Amino acid sequence: MAKILSYEEKDTWIHRLSGVTKLIFFLLWCLTSMLTYDTRILVTMVVLALIIFKISRTEWKQVGAVFKLVLVFLVFNVFAIYIFSPDQGTAVYGTRTVLFHIAGRYDVTKELLFYELNVVIKYFTVIPAVFMFLVTTNPSEFAASLNKIGVSYNIGYAISIALRYIPDVQGEFTKIKHAQEARGIEMSGKASLISRIKNTSTIIFPLIFSSMDRIDVVSNAMELRGYGKHKKRTWYMGKKLQRNDYLAIAFTVAFSVVALAITFADGSRFYNPFV
Amino acid sequence: MEPMIEFKDFSFKYRAQKEPTLRDINLKIMPGEKVLIVGPSGSGKSTLAHCVNGLVPFSYSGDITGTLRIGGKNPADLGLFGLSKIVGTVLQDTDGQFIGLTVAEDIAFALENDNVPQEDMFVKVDEIAELVDVKKLLENAPRELSGGQKQRVSMAGVMVDDVDILLFDEPLANLDPATGKRAIDLIDQIQKKKKTTILIIEHRLEDALYRDVDRIIVVGEGRIVADTTPDQLLVTDVLKEQGIREPLYITAIKHAGCQIHAEDKPMHMETMKMDRYRDKVRDWFDRTEGKAARPEAPSALKVEDLYFSYVEGRPILQHIHFDIKKGEMVSIVGKNGAGKSTLSNLICGFYKPTRGTIFLNGKDVAPLSIKERGEKIGLVMQSPNQMISKPMIFDEVALGLTVRGVPEEEIKERVYRTLKICGLYPFRNWPVSALSFGQKKRVSIASILVMDPEVMILDEPTAGQDYRHYTEIMEFLKEINETLGITIIMITHDMHLMLEYTDRAIVIADGHLIADDTPAKVLTNETIADKAYLKKTSLYDLALGCGIDNPSEFAERFIAYEREKKKETALAEEKTDG
Repeated sequence: MAKILSYEEKDTWIHRLSGVTKLIFFLLWCLTSMLTYDTRILVTMVVLALIIFKISRTEWKQVGAVFKLVLVFLVFNVFAIYIFSPDQGTAVYGTRTVLFHIAGRYDVTKELLFYELNVVIKYFTVIPAVFMFLVTTNPSEFAASLNKIGVSYNIGYAISIALRYIPDVQGEFTKIKHAQEARGIEMSGKASLISRIKNTSTIIFPLIFSSMDRIDVVSNAMELRGYGKHKKRTWYMGKKLQRNDYLAIAFTVAFSVVALAITFADGSRFYNPFV
Repeated sequence: MEPMIEFKDFSFKYRAQKEPTLRDINLKIMPGEKVLIVGPSGSGKSTLAHCVNGLVPFSYSGDITGTLRIGGKNPADLGLFGLSKIVGTVLQDTDGQFIGLTVAEDIAFALENDNVPQEDMFVKVDEIAELVDVKKLLENAPRELSGGQKQRVSMAGVMVDDVDILLFDEPLANLDPATGKRAIDLIDQIQKKKKTTILIIEHRLEDALYRDVDRIIVVGEGRIVADTTPDQLLVTDVLKEQGIREPLYITAIKHAGCQIHAEDKPMHMETMKMDRYRDKVRDWFDRTEGKAARPEAPSALKVEDLYFSYVEGRPILQHIHFDIKKGEMVSIVGKNGAGKSTLSNLICGFYKPTRGTIFLNGKDVAPLSIKERGEKIGLVMQSPNQMISKPMIFDEVALGLTVRGVPEEEIKERVYRTLKICGLYPFRNWPVSALSFGQKKRVSIASILVMDPEVMILDEPTAGQDYRHYTEIMEFLKEINETLGITIIMITHDMHLMLEYTDRAIVIADGHLIADDTPAKVLTNETIADKAYLKKTSLYDLALGCGIDNPSEFAERFIAYEREKKKETALAEEKTDG
């Protein structure tokens, strides 16, 4: 079965970093990318993100499908900006250099193209960081990390157990779907969309019932082994912060501070090549 | 010495029930004892176990009278978590019990909850993993493990707590026979090494007795019916009265007209003293008739040179070929993951074979869609919960006809007729949720039967059922098979099922067909049994022990004799009823 966007064990220094470090990096990185429109910073971030992505030895097949999906959104986003606000570039940069005219109020301006370019670059700073975070962080270790930064261990464990049971539920879904298809419930392209949606209930109900049986067993099993006994718990997969972690955190914080300082140095978060 | 577990005049009633589930239980279990608890479904044996591990009354509440002491302490004072330090429970559903994302984490789960420092956890997990032989699997995810391995991990997961009592809830239910044998052996080793008190709840008595137990406690209708050594118990008729299956060799010796004596040590066939019984068993063999040969019938389902693989170069099934005749009852057996389910998926058309052909009544089924095949080949899944999607019984059974646009009048007539066959007619207007598990199973069979299939495939039709429900389901299937002439194929690892109810066994091991023969022959052939993770039947050893040189014929005659007796009792019951 294809394992899209799921953790894969590999031996790189990024994999060895603690989940806390990667979480901090991920959050600060996204925050910086969201705040800044400084093209110089954004380009630097893309380059760095790609380097990190390369180091993490993430393979195309792990992320390719999701990447394509994000691209669709990106294209949609870019067009939406133009359709709803063709003069966004002028509003931001103050000048208006028309390249050519399309129709009505729709001109193509240099400023707009530059603005859209920045939006696209922003996507490309975040995408590798998200992928890298998801495929290099062990979910259990991530749960441990969340707990370490103060999130209740119930939340961390809920995530971890959901990941544990997703493959089981998927398998069960396929089995039930097959059996219902054999009974004559059409789930293939032959049936109309509406009847397919209606037919889904014949799979969902049995799936819910058999999952409920499972939940009962799991919750008993967890209680019998002392889950929820104390306010705190330790984690087998937890990682202590190492020298590299501190270095990585220090770098991330420093980078964000410098990036934001440069961005806001002239009082605007946009880099303006037009004046 | 103080007992490890002591029930005194103990009764328990679930809050939602009128009658107590356990009554007047007086039971002492000493430290280091190994005790087997048997009883039919609904006898209260699971409730008894829940009282020991604390699920009663902490998760399932109710009224308790009398006293219970675990390790000398009152469970009410210890609480569920306190008890979990003394009693470790290995649940029947090892899949559900597996909580961690990897083996190591699952073993460490109890330690994590107890705030054990990480470094200590590493040491402890390694040590326990070594003990149950899963050290190589520490990094693996649950879906990469076999049933037996999962069970070992479950054991390790409760043993990290250094518990005094290990409680096994039907440890054999989800395992193939050979793996089950290994599980019983492992439990035995643990008890010997760690001197842990062991409670095993199981209704497969013969398999559970693969290794010595000190005592067997028989629970029936909420009371303790017997509390004695295995040797003593096998002499009596208590098991039969309670609807628990005796070991087959014991039944056979009793059929031969012998009274069994405890001093001959009947607990294990291999070590039982046979002097007293040998001649009588041989006599019985000589005068009993075997099964009449079945007349030749035309082919119903034929498979020719079938290959299947998901990934090229890694075949799941190779060169499978067999020919099932009309009206046969056939079992497909083999160890978990040998390719049995893949085979049924291919027959039903969920997957396409890489090579080879499947014929139904001599016609290639390849051009038929899943839906079209479903009208001729019905598939009944293991758990009725995996199939039932309508709240009302009538609608559920009618579903297959409704989606095919059968006129309403005809639907009504066919559903009623099917419900009558399945003994569900009185419940036709009931909601499904009001039915017992066994009745739900019938509903799921009825919902297939209503389409008048020619072949019916059942996946583990009796999994998790006790002897009475097993007999009920299987007799029902036999009846359908005989009266309606439907060909029945069962995927199973229950050896009793294949021996008693099927004419032929198709044995698959590691993707290859390794035997296609009568079950009696398969189960008396050591090579095949080993390869397919089956266990040769104790009738084989009995036959050899009595100097009968044709053990498979012995098994054959035993089954024929059993069937004849079953028919007689059924007739007698009908007479008394009428």
